[in-house]
Amino acid sequence: MEPTDTKNPNYYHRVVDCQWACPAHTDVPEYIRLIALGEFTEAYLVNRESNVFPGILGRVCDRPCEPACRRGRVEAEPVAICRLKRVAADHREDIRARLPRAPKKKNGKRIACIGAGPASLTVANDLLPLGYEITMFEKWHAPGGLMRTNIPSFRLPARVLDEEIGYILDMGVDLRLGTEVKSLKQLLASGEFDAVFVGSGAPKGKDLDLPGRRASLHVMEHIHIGIEWLESVAFGHTRAIGKRVLIIGVGNTAMDCCRTSLRLGATDVKVMARKPRGFFKASDWELKDAEEESVEIVVNHSPKAFVVENERLVGMTFDKMEYDIDAQGRIVGERVVGEAFLPCDDVILAIGQENAFPWIEDDIGIEFDRWHVPKIDKVTLQSTLPNVFFGGDAAFGPKNIIWAVEHGHQAAISIHKYCQGLPVSERLPPTLKLSSRKMGLHEWAYKNEYNPIERRLMPHVDLKERFKKVDIEVELGFTPEQTAAEVQRCLNCDIQTVFDANLCIECDACVDICPVDCLTITANGPEDELRTRLKAPAMNAAQPLFVSVPLKQTGRVMVKDENLCVHCGLCAERCPTAAWDMQKSKIKIPYAIDETHPSCFSPQTRKSA
Amino acid sequence: MSFIPKPKVAHPSLPKNELGLTRRDYEGVMSTLCAGCGHDSVTAAIIEAVWGLSIRPEQVVKLSGIGCSSKTTAYFVSGGHGFNSVHGRMPSIATGAIAANKDLYYIGVSGDGDTLSIGFGQFAHAIRRNINMLYIIENNGVYGLTKGQFSASADIGSKTKRGEENLQPPIDPVVAGLTLGAGFVARSFSGDKQQLVPLIQAGLKYKGFALIDVLSPCVTFNDHEGSTKSYRFVREHYDEVVHADFVPPAQEITIQYSPGEAIPVTMHDGSRIVLRKLDERYDPTRRGKAYNYLRDRLAKGEYVTGLIYIDEKGRDFHEVNGTTDTPINQLPYEVLTPGAAALEQIMSRYR
Ligand SMILES: Cc1cc2nc3c(=O)[nH]c(=O)nc-3n(C[C@H](O)[C@H](O)[C@H](O)COP(=O)(O)OP(=O)(O)OC[C@H]3O[C@@H](n4cnc5c(N)ncnc54)[C@H](O)[C@@H]3O)c2cc1C
Ligand SMILES: Cc1ncc(C[n+]2csc(CCOP(=O)(O)OP(=O)(O)O)c2C)c(N)n1
Ligand code: SF4
Ligand code: SF4
Ligand code: SF4
Ligand SMILES: [Mg+2]
Repeated sequence: MEPTDTKNPNYYHRVVDCQWACPAHTDVPEYIRLIALGEFTEAYLVNRESNVFPGILGRVCDRPCEPACRRGRVEAEPVAICRLKRVAADHREDIRARLPRAPKKKNGKRIACIGAGPASLTVANDLLPLGYEITMFEKWHAPGGLMRTNIPSFRLPARVLDEEIGYILDMGVDLRLGTEVKSLKQLLASGEFDAVFVGSGAPKGKDLDLPGRRASLHVMEHIHIGIEWLESVAFGHTRAIGKRVLIIGVGNTAMDCCRTSLRLGATDVKVMARKPRGFFKASDWELKDAEEESVEIVVNHSPKAFVVENERLVGMTFDKMEYDIDAQGRIVGERVVGEAFLPCDDVILAIGQENAFPWIEDDIGIEFDRWHVPKIDKVTLQSTLPNVFFGGDAAFGPKNIIWAVEHGHQAAISIHKYCQGLPVSERLPPTLKLSSRKMGLHEWAYKNEYNPIERRLMPHVDLKERFKKVDIEVELGFTPEQTAAEVQRCLNCDIQTVFDANLCIECDACVDICPVDCLTITANGPEDELRTRLKAPAMNAAQPLFVSVPLKQTGRVMVKDENLCVHCGLCAERCPTAAWDMQKSKIKIPYAIDETHPSCFSPQTRKSA
Repeated sequence: MSFIPKPKVAHPSLPKNELGLTRRDYEGVMSTLCAGCGHDSVTAAIIEAVWGLSIRPEQVVKLSGIGCSSKTTAYFVSGGHGFNSVHGRMPSIATGAIAANKDLYYIGVSGDGDTLSIGFGQFAHAIRRNINMLYIIENNGVYGLTKGQFSASADIGSKTKRGEENLQPPIDPVVAGLTLGAGFVARSFSGDKQQLVPLIQAGLKYKGFALIDVLSPCVTFNDHEGSTKSYRFVREHYDEVVHADFVPPAQEITIQYSPGEAIPVTMHDGSRIVLRKLDERYDPTRRGKAYNYLRDRLAKGEYVTGLIYIDEKGRDFHEVNGTTDTPINQLPYEVLTPGAAALEQIMSRYR
């Protein structure tokens, strides 16, 4: 193998599994250490810099960081990263004085944001401090997008939403609530805006056209489209549902629908899944939370028809399915093995969302593909009409909040460059700084001891209590004891093992002491073969190998399998020559503010068109 | 040394031996030696070897004298038995223990100071008696524990850290072992586990006294320019003549050897050592030739390593002395203490 190029900032970034997996690259180990020190405000601000909504995300983030977390490979369960984020949010002091401010003197550029969901809000967050004027159009009478209308308040209280959205709006957004944009053509023609950001989400819930769907008014009134139904619950229009409810689909929307039903009077709620467990779209924790509330999840039932008697919906029929699953766990065959009837009073369809842009005209230069999805540049988020940018669910279909935030950051960079007349595709790369954590012979400026403690469990409101009102937040947040324990589970993956081959005398001390057998000194070879020859075979190909330049005494190479390193620093403690050092990596992710060209936006900048 | 103990967390796919144990189950307490000490690598090699032979930890007896090297018996196989004797007296303790119980594996760890100075007499008699043990010398050319004075293995011309030269000729433990009649004589290097681990395994399975002199640099007092026991010097003057592969009883020999190159030696329990000659003129089964070869290379300042001499036919201590087959702690009381009548009988022989 070629010697590893550790100058490439991505090398060490990748070692920080959680940060690498987070779409917005939140500096997780840094904020966890701050929480450990009791510095909740600082921890909150580290979060806010990248993910903008720590209090919201600390409750409902999709948390791609957790399955990626190294702790999950070293033992079974990852660090409760998301829960700790909430700890930082719950215990922060008033941070308003430390938030960025919009300058009094504007830069003369005006941006329209369509929709007031997390994507648009992030664009505003990044551009307001640069002197932009932001006008945000929202069809509902409250900002927040699906976070407000669809994520139930027993998971995400309105208070938390209001506070974090407020930080952005208070910088001076011209927010136009109850204002649906009906024509992009008109908006552009008004000449009011230098650029437009489309953050309108994926608002269309999929329907299920089966026999009986429109048999009578009663039937139509008792079959609901999941996201529309949640919306009307959120706004207080829907306050009740029948006793027996069938939810079709087993994604995250289904989980919110079933739990909401229980709070509106349902007593027998079944989530109907076409496939077996393991093929569900819903996150594990959402499934667990629903099952804790006695929701039944019925597998291998494929919807067939709505059953109507005397013009009333009385139930549904399903094909009972059987699947062949191969060794890789993929479905390779399926067949119908019977039929089942399940009685019900209401059905909620939670089988997916689509984007829809009835308000974007075909002749204004925005190209769509066959499925009427706009053609968007993956990096710049620019559409085929140079002054129109997309982000969040509107860009590539339904994702989640943290992706919407990341799109917001990237779109803000693009808009900023566009407004300065700079090419949007030339963007600053992320950079990485290393600094040693060595304090003394065996002293490190981080806690390097491995703590075998197991993942803490989130305490919940009592099962009897929680159904009394629709907006009782179920999760209570970690106790101080739980927090103190959980922070110790983080392995400090950003404290990197940095190797200097010139110093190594090949004494093997590091190889011998490494508790997880990461290190090997051996003859170099092709990667596939080298992986088999290490002290512990490196079978996780998704995790990189570090390979040094040839060592001075024997010409062999130092190889490190990054997969399971627990960053205990023992290699560096045992190394007599300090060939290994523990160095903290700090990844700098560029934002719009970093892309300001010195010659732009000087006082004499003219206002264009 | 390091200041936190090695955490108990382990690689989930760590291989298991026949007993279902991983290498980690053969570790000892945290080492307090200097970071980078060769002795810690020897410890790691012993762990690897004992684990690889699927020896139960409680079958291991660890014996040592005094010195940094002698401290290391605490750092491996916590589940074994141990005796840390006074300086240079490990062989007597070993002899007693071995006489009492022939079912266990005896690993003696000593230093060049412990063996070649204060303990030289004991060392010689252990060889002479051919007690059934593996005797490892962790040879760094200095008294590490007492801060780096030259030991008896220091070469002429070797310099201390402050520049003083050693003028007295060394005692080479391998030459000593050969001339005293040891049946298993090897030299290795702490920085070459590929060589060292199979040698330790062969030594543990050898019936009789097995000596391995392991060059094991002292990073603190003897790893500088001018030292002849530094990592660099050893690597530059390293001459492996015979590589030993250890093959357990039930296992096939799978490595392909070119004809004439490999000499399989079968041990008493059916395991084999396959000796691979790296210098074709060399013959590890002829003591005289081995001795001459060694002297020749030593004169050129080279360290001959590998399994330098082996003789499987020697009579060990148990055979010569007719020691008890049943460990004495398992003998019935009446057999162990036959009583006044038996004593009377013995005494009458001397009247
Ligand atoms: C039931 C449900 C539960 C979810 N749970 C989670 C979760 O737990 N965690 C998570 O990370 N994600 C979750 N999501 C997904 C997440 O909410 C979305 O991915 C995210 O909100 C997308 O943000 P956005 O800014 O792109 O758009 P949205 O949040 O959809 O906001 C778009 C806004 O634009 C407005 N709008 C649309 N068209 C116009 C127009 N023409 N004029 C004016 N305004 C307009 C809409 O009214 C809306 O307010 C969930 C989604 C659903 C449906
Ligand atoms: C009877 C006695 N004499 C002297 C000493 C002092 N002493 C302790 S260790 C040592 C030498 C150890 O050298 P070596 O065996 O080479 O071990 P190393 O520390 O180099 O591994 C000496 C002389 C002692 N402990 N006991
Ligand atoms: S920090 Fe060093 S010793 Fe610790 S697990 Fe990582 S490579 Fe091994
Ligand atoms: S401990 Fe240091 S000098 Fe020794 S092998 Fe490891 S990196 Fe090299
Ligand atoms: S003093 Fe030398 S022999 Fe003793 S522990 Fe330190 S390096 Fe090893
Ligand atoms: Mg010594």
